[in-house]
Amino acid sequence: MNFSEVFKLSGLLSKFSPDGKYLASCVQYRLAVREVSTLQILQLYTCLDQIQHIEWSADSLFILCAMYKRGLVQVWSLEQPDWHCKIDEGSAGLVASCWSPDGRHILNTTEFHLRITVWSLCTKSVSYIKYPKACQQGITFTRDGRYMALAERRDCKDYISVFVCSDWQLLRHFEADTQDLVGIEWAPNGCVLAVWDTCLEYKILLYSLDGRLLASYCAYEWSLGVKSVAWSPSSQFLAVGSYDGKVRILNHVTWKMITELAHPTTINNPKIIVYKEAEKNPKLGLGALPFAAPRAAARSLSTTETKYEVASMPVSLQTLKPVTDRANPRIGVGTMAFSPDNYFLATRNDNIPNAVWIWDVQKLRLFVVLEQLAPVRTFQWDPQQTRLAIGTGGGHVYLWSPAGCMSVQVPVEGELAQTGQLWAHWACLILGPHWPPTDPQARAAQGPQWLSDPVSLQVISTCSPCAGI
Amino acid sequence: MSPSSLYSHHVLCSSIPLSKNVQSFFSAFCTEENIEQSISYLDQELTAFGFPSLYEESKDRDAKRELNIVAALNCMNELLVLQRKNLLAQENVETQNLKLGSDMDHLQSCYAKLKEQLESSRREMIGLQERDRQLQCKNRNLHQLLKNEKDEVQKLQNIIASRATQYNHDMKRKEREYNKLKERLHQLVMNKKDRKIAMDVLNYVGRADGKRGSWRTGKTEARNEDEMYKILLNDYEYRQKQILMENAELKKVLQQMKKEMISLLSPQKQKPRERADDSTTVLSDVEDDAGEVSRESVWDLSCAAVREQLTNSIRTQWRILKSHVEKLDNQVSKVHLDGFNEDDVISRQDHEQETEKLELEIQQCKEMIKTQQQLLQQQLTTASDDDTTSLLRDCYLLEEKERLKEEWSLFKEQKKNFERERRSFTEAAIRLGLERKAFEEERASWLKQQFLNMTTFDPQNSENVKLFSAFSGNSDRDTLTVHSRPRQRQPHSVCRRSPVSTSKLTKSLPTSPASDFGQTRSCASEHSSSNALNITHEEAKPNQVGRECLSQSRSLVPRPGSQEGCYNGCPLTCTNSHVEEDNLL
Repeated sequence: MNFSEVFKLSGLLSKFSPDGKYLASCVQYRLAVREVSTLQILQLYTCLDQIQHIEWSADSLFILCAMYKRGLVQVWSLEQPDWHCKIDEGSAGLVASCWSPDGRHILNTTEFHLRITVWSLCTKSVSYIKYPKACQQGITFTRDGRYMALAERRDCKDYISVFVCSDWQLLRHFEADTQDLVGIEWAPNGCVLAVWDTCLEYKILLYSLDGRLLASYCAYEWSLGVKSVAWSPSSQFLAVGSYDGKVRILNHVTWKMITELAHPTTINNPKIIVYKEAEKNPKLGLGALPFAAPRAAARSLSTTETKYEVASMPVSLQTLKPVTDRANPRIGVGTMAFSPDNYFLATRNDNIPNAVWIWDVQKLRLFVVLEQLAPVRTFQWDPQQTRLAIGTGGGHVYLWSPAGCMSVQVPVEGELAQTGQLWAHWACLILGPHWPPTDPQARAAQGPQWLSDPVSLQVISTCSPCAGI
Repeated sequence: MSPSSLYSHHVLCSSIPLSKNVQSFFSAFCTEENIEQSISYLDQELTAFGFPSLYEESKDRDAKRELNIVAALNCMNELLVLQRKNLLAQENVETQNLKLGSDMDHLQSCYAKLKEQLESSRREMIGLQERDRQLQCKNRNLHQLLKNEKDEVQKLQNIIASRATQYNHDMKRKEREYNKLKERLHQLVMNKKDRKIAMDVLNYVGRADGKRGSWRTGKTEARNEDEMYKILLNDYEYRQKQILMENAELKKVLQQMKKEMISLLSPQKQKPRERADDSTTVLSDVEDDAGEVSRESVWDLSCAAVREQLTNSIRTQWRILKSHVEKLDNQVSKVHLDGFNEDDVISRQDHEQETEKLELEIQQCKEMIKTQQQLLQQQLTTASDDDTTSLLRDCYLLEEKERLKEEWSLFKEQKKNFERERRSFTEAAIRLGLERKAFEEERASWLKQQFLNMTTFDPQNSENVKLFSAFSGNSDRDTLTVHSRPRQRQPHSVCRRSPVSTSKLTKSLPTSPASDFGQTRSCASEHSSSNALNITHEEAKPNQVGRECLSQSRSLVPRPGSQEGCYNGCPLTCTNSHVEEDNLL
């Protein structure tokens, strides 16, 4: 595995272009675009204020830089460095900005979710969408970029509007049968919309593209409900993670539950492999004195090399005791991801934070459990191969594939690694051995993010105390 | 002095223990003055008890009634027999009493034990009841708790529900306010021509697809709808295609399975010819069906048309296969049971025949055993006579056995007693023998002297007289002679037999207590210390229980005294005896 040198970064803003050719990174109000193959700076743009959000357009031609504090969005073109575009939301304010799938429209959400403004780069036209709902995931585009579903709130009722992205025409508008809608997500085939209710109620609704209610599912009552939802890439399965620590998988024919994946704290099935991260025996050199500095002990996790060990069978995993009298308790399945080849599902149960559970979707049973030394922050599947990258916020990136798993230490220079503050301004990038891809087109929109995400997460984890700087 | 009185003396001495109390009682009853009254009283008593009168039947009324000695003796004898019987009965009763007493003890101990058991079981029961009660109490408490919990749950649910409604209500209120504010803000911020809200762009870029944007019209709307439906349609078509493909694959698998099943089942049909006809017909039907179904055209038909046929044929085939497999399983298990040395499975008939044969053999064996047993029993019965068999049979009765045991132990005890007595007797005999020897020597010397002194007397006559004087007043001469004769000879020739005879006499008594023996023995020793004549006298002495004889003997005492003159040799002995009599009385 190859590593690049360390680049400076602010606000954890660093993104690969969807075609995998470029890398955009921000330092304060400057945006640098590098070519991935050479890592040379291709373009350098200067924005009006400190950049808070960047996003590549789907065709990798434009970059959107949002400065929420100023209510400003600046768009840069990679092909025409001189081309510029500045969108000012004025007194309405700005809380979110994103590209439409066609890469020619920008959707800005004003403060207080008063409206969404759709700015077009092709025409002078501006569209407004009123009453957007402020929720976890209120906007979703179909994979082909044709339709957008938007959650709305009018008269204390939830509505869903389906827009045609090409001309922002309202296609369907229907009331959702929810108390307090929290998220919507299109199926990858773009024909079914999954809608889930607030965590107070376990409710999953499935709507067809034309607004028909296909099915509704409720596993239990009187308890905290859905925490996360994930579609399988084939649209065959809908995985629903809930606060009871279980994942329920619904099928796409009857929309009934096929199986229930519990996350037990003790694993006693010899068919399941449990990989346990363990520290390699640190070499006791001259520098490693018995009275090591506490700071050294603190960073030991990020600097010492670790390895995986196959645990012998009755394995009990570390659990957190959730604080139940606080909102958003750390229980339940909060993160889920299907592998792109549809064979595996990776999950994390929030009260067993150190473990990643990998389920075999074909057999619908637990396949592998990875227990890390530190809580798992994020994981992402490689869009090309069956490979999972896991970030825990330490100095390591972990990779799992059906063949096995490994722990990779990120090489950072000693003085950089020692102080957490420096980590806030620098990002290190891990580049895989197959990087860059020989065929850029083959790399789909998610491609580069696979590698970038664990890295950026690593930055998040270490710099969070001084994010304000 | 009558001979009967002597006899009665004898009998009484042998039958009844001579106790002083009795004699004193008798003495109180009858004295010399009231003999007549006593006799009459006795007569009355006896007649009252159904005995013949003691008085002679006299022809003349005036004559004084005479005492009928014979009747009296008979009565006495009768009484004695009765007494003996009574004693026997008493003994029986005593043993029975003993037995009953032991039984009683046993029963009492049993009773005590049972009582204890009852008590303990009662205690246990009470304990269990207590536990049961406690458990029930606990159960009740738990039920109460459960109910409380349920109530609590219900309450909490109600609270949750009410809170939820309250919350929703509040939320709605707040949201309305919020919406109002939003509206207001919107009006304030948006409707005012905000110069700032603008897009500053260098030049508009072309669309990604290269087309120009179109105007929004009804047409575009319709087109959008069309497209949406197209997409949905495509999705459904895609899914249908997938389902069709899946279906086709499944059909293929089904067909293959069917073929394999047919190929598997058809050779089987030919092999066992004897199989029932119906199964073969089914098979042929199935084959026909299969042939029909397996034609490509049929497969391509929609499922609805063929479904029933197909499922039916599959079902029948499946049934056949299942039965076949079951049969095979049975066979396999049979083979396992029979062992692997037999390469072929034993046919059922063979098996049955074999079992039948074996059963027959068993029957025969049983019969043989029975006849043998019978023969043995017969032999046994013929060998032993009826009594023994009855005894044997009796022996089987436990009660009997126990009784016998008890009796046996009793006998043993008696035997032991007897043995002890015998031992003492032999000792006494030995002593007597020694004393006798001394006495004989003495007597020899004395006789010598006598002989020397009385050469003038006829020794036979003198002896007779002497004896007569000893047992005076007896009218029954025959008995006297019978009795006296051996006695007379005793000093001379059969003197050695005297201790033996006494022992014999005592032994012949059926139930003489040891005290009797002691007395007799002491008597014997006393006599042994005195002279030989004294012995003979003393032998009769225990028999002097009869009142009359005593009185008679007393009354007759002076008579030998009167004859003293003629019998010089015996006054000493006579007085001696009388003194002794007095002592005894």
